[in-house]
Parts: sequence; C-alpha cells; structure tokens
Amino acid sequence: MIQFLNISVHFSAKTKTVKAVKNVSFEINKGEIFGIVGTSGAGKSTLLRTINLLQRPTEGDVIIDNKNITNYKGEDLRKLRTGIGMIFQQFNLIHTKTVFENVAFAMKAAGKDKEAIQKRVPEVLELVGLSDRASAYPSTLSGGQKQRVGIARAIANNPGILLCDEPTSALDLETTNAILQLLKEINEKLNITTIIISHEMNVIKTICDRVAVMTDGEVVELNNVFDIFTAPKHEFTKSLVNHTINLELPHRILRNNDSLILKIIYSGEKAEEAVLYDTIRTFNVHINILHGKIEYITNKPFGVLVVQLYGTDFNVQKAEEYLKERTFKVEVIND
Amino acid sequence: MISQNISELLVNLKTAFLETFLMCGTSIALAIVIGVPLGLFVFITRKELFWDNKILNLVGNILINIIRSTPFVILLVLLIPFTQLVVGSTIGPLAASVPLSVVSIAFYARLVENSLCEVDKGVVEAAIASGASTTMIIKEVLLAEALPGLLRGLTVTVISLIGYSAMAGIVGGGGVGDLAIRFGYYRYETDIMVITVVLLIVLVQGLQSLGDYAAKKSEKK
Repeated sequence: MIQFLNISVHFSAKTKTVKAVKNVSFEINKGEIFGIVGTSGAGKSTLLRTINLLQRPTEGDVIIDNKNITNYKGEDLRKLRTGIGMIFQQFNLIHTKTVFENVAFAMKAAGKDKEAIQKRVPEVLELVGLSDRASAYPSTLSGGQKQRVGIARAIANNPGILLCDEPTSALDLETTNAILQLLKEINEKLNITTIIISHEMNVIKTICDRVAVMTDGEVVELNNVFDIFTAPKHEFTKSLVNHTINLELPHRILRNNDSLILKIIYSGEKAEEAVLYDTIRTFNVHINILHGKIEYITNKPFGVLVVQLYGTDFNVQKAEEYLKERTFKVEVIND
Repeated sequence: MISQNISELLVNLKTAFLETFLMCGTSIALAIVIGVPLGLFVFITRKELFWDNKILNLVGNILINIIRSTPFVILLVLLIPFTQLVVGSTIGPLAASVPLSVVSIAFYARLVENSLCEVDKGVVEAAIASGASTTMIIKEVLLAEALPGLLRGLTVTVISLIGYSAMAGIVGGGGVGDLAIRFGYYRYETDIMVITVVLLIVLVQGLQSLGDYAAKKSEKK
C-alpha cells in the first residue's frame, strides 16, 4: 500500500515559487490499477515521482508498505528503486544497448548475477511478446515495441509497484490499447500495484480500478472509475468526462415540438435490461432512437440514449415516469 | 625544379611525420586519459546532477577556459618551466608534447562535456529510477550514449592538434608543419611546401573519414 500524507512539492524559480503539488493525501491499495488524471501541468507527474523519490516532496511523507521512505538516501534509496518499476512516455531506452541489454541493465542495477540475468531476461521478453527482438537495437523498433521493452525492463526485478508516466501518450490508438491490455495482464498475473498517469480519460476508462482527478496541484476528486464517469461531482471532473455522455443532435430535431425528446442515461445492471421494449409494450407509445452509445467502464455498462416519444399525452407522460424509474437518469432536452 | 633530391626529401618527410605522430599520439592519449574524466567531472558537478557542486564545477570550468583562451604560442612559452620539470628538456618532439597535451586535454574535456549534455535526460532518469549506482550510470549510460559524440570530438581534437603541432617548431619540436615552414617558407622551396601541405590534407581527410565511420558505427542505428 502506498500512502501520500500531506504531500506538497514546490519548485523555486528565480522570481516566484511554483506549487506543483499542494497538500495531497490519499492511499493506493496493494494490487490495484490506480489512475491519476488531469491536464498537463496539474502536478500528476510530480506526484508520481515522489513514490520513487525522483522528486523529493517539499513537505509531507510517502509511506510504502508502512515504511516512511521520504528521507531514504544512498543504498536504501537504490534498493527501494530496484523494487519499483517505471515506464515513461518517451520510453527512455538506452540507444546503444540491445533490447536484451536494456532489460539486463535494470537487473544488473539490482545486483543480479549473470546467470539470473540470462534466465530472467528471456522470460520477461516473452511476457511482453518481444522474444524475437532480443538482439535488436531500440532505433529499429516501433513505438509500441519500445514501450514493451520499457515494460520488460520495469518488471524484470519483480517489483511490487509499477509507475507509468503517460505510458501511451506517444502511441497511436491501436498500439495504446495493446499496451494497456499488456499492463492489465501484467497487473493481474504478477499482482503489481500499478499507478498510471494520463491526460486521456480513455486510458483511465480502459484499465483503472480507481482514479484521482488532479487540477492545479490538488486532488479534487477520487473515486472508483465507474462513479467518476457516471456521477462526477467536481466541475473539473465533469468537464473531463463530458464528452463520454455528450451527444450532439442537430437543432432541427431539437426544435421539434410534436414529440418528447428524452436523454436516457443507463448505468450498471439497468443498462442490460430491455427497458425500451417494456415501455413500448406497457404504454403503447412509439419510440424512435435518435442517438446513443454504450460504454463499458471497468466491465460495467454505461449508456446514453436519445429517444423521441410519440403517443397520447397521457401515455407519453406515464412512459416518461416509467423510464425514470427503470433507468439511471432521464432528461427532457427539447423544451 | 626539385630542389632536394628525392631520397633526401623522403628521409626528411619520414622524420617529420614520425615526430608529428609522436607529438599528436602522446597528446591524444593524454587527452583521452585525462580529458574524459575532466569533462565528465565538469558535467556531473553541474546543477541537479549526481555530484551537484557549484564550487568544484566552477573550478573545473575556469581551468578549462584559461587553457582554451590562451593562444597556443603563448602557452608553449609559458609552460617551458613545467616542460623542463616533466621531460627534463625543453627541446624536441617529446618536450613539445607537453604543451600540446595540456591544450588537447582542455580542448577535449570541453567537447566531452558537450557530448554528455546531449545525452537524453530521460534515459539517465530511467537509469536512476532503476536503482543503478552512479558508477554504473556513468559507464553504461552516460559514456555509452555519448560515445558517437565522444568519437566525433576526438576527431576534431586530433585534427586541431596536427595544426597546433606546426607551431611546436618554435621549441624545436619538429614535425610536418615545421618542415613546411623551415624548407618551404624560410628556404623558398615551394615544392616542399606543396608536398607537405598535400600530405597533410590527405592525412586530415583520412582521419576525418575514419572518425566519421567510427562515430556512425557506434550510433547503433
């Protein structure tokens, strides 16, 4: 378990002090995939770096497995770092070393002998799907492959924690998904506490269990990913997740006064029920679907549908009430 | 209008080239042995690096700058007592190697520092994050990643040295440049001048190509 206790990080520039992280406290559970999301400059990366002390906090303490590591130095610090893997946005591989040597470097850093290295490196390369590129130099690899080497290097010493600093921000969409799947697989197989920083909600949505939302150095909201997406509380979180449930309709349709246009939000198990069908059968109304989508967030469905209701006023009103009962939220959007 | 007979010229040239090689070889060896650590030292005492130390960094920088800003001819004279102390003589190619070495150490140290600055900070950070020791990071990351730059810098240093060694004639150092001045300029034997200059051009071209090749090879691309 990782605990941040009142962490602040200040950078002093010539004329003023920049407060990158302001009095942040929260916990990350063992084995979970924890996301930290926010715009660039929000302090997420700075906060992440306090875990392996690439950045020392100005104030506050970092506790890992009940040990206060904030003031670790020298050998203690090196030892701590060999137990924490880290991957980077720009991969940061040693260009003059082969894939094998890059992974071997991390093991050598941890004081492993040749025999252990010869045995372990092929194992991790297999795990990340790069067995055939062991003797290749980084410059001959694609972005996705480079990040796989980065991951192999980070997990070579069987660390308990894996820090991911914008791991997919330099990758295209398809590669991003493959890398995220790999991170998830590794998290499950090796039970590594994984902390991922990203500015993309998509990344958080795909693999995180819980997420902290950061803006301007502060954590403004922390919750499980499903609740963050479906019921954001802070304004900043709302703006981040907005595009997930924001469906644009042409004005022409919204100006229509003959029928009721509803935005129905489904969440959790209710999204898997045949609600529309039941409504049609029970109240004898016509339902026309205008727009919609269903997202699966941490395996739970979350959907938005925009529908048009036709029928007698009485039936339409009853149908609306019924829908409100059976779904997460219903809004009238054409009044 | 060959003013010397061919065999005499060949003997002179051979001696001159041997002297040049001796002077440059000694200096370049010392530039590697002392210049690399000096450049490395100035680099890692910089702000926010392993041995962040303003005073040591300043001392190193000033030392390099003093040597680099003194004209070589002046340095040659200034270092005469030091040369006497080290070599026991102030005349001859070995004596000339002393000021040449001093210059090439400072020159190469600065180039070493520059190529270390070019090493991707992220790669160094990743190495730090992996828990590697400072020695390991210096050896396997900093120097390894800077190797192409180090080799290019070495090429520049060697070629500048050949130029400087011409001035070594002032302390009786001999060498190709000295031959060109003594015969070609003072004795108006233009043909000797032309031959030595052509040979020097060929030598420098060859060294440059060799340096480029080695640097390219070390890039592992």
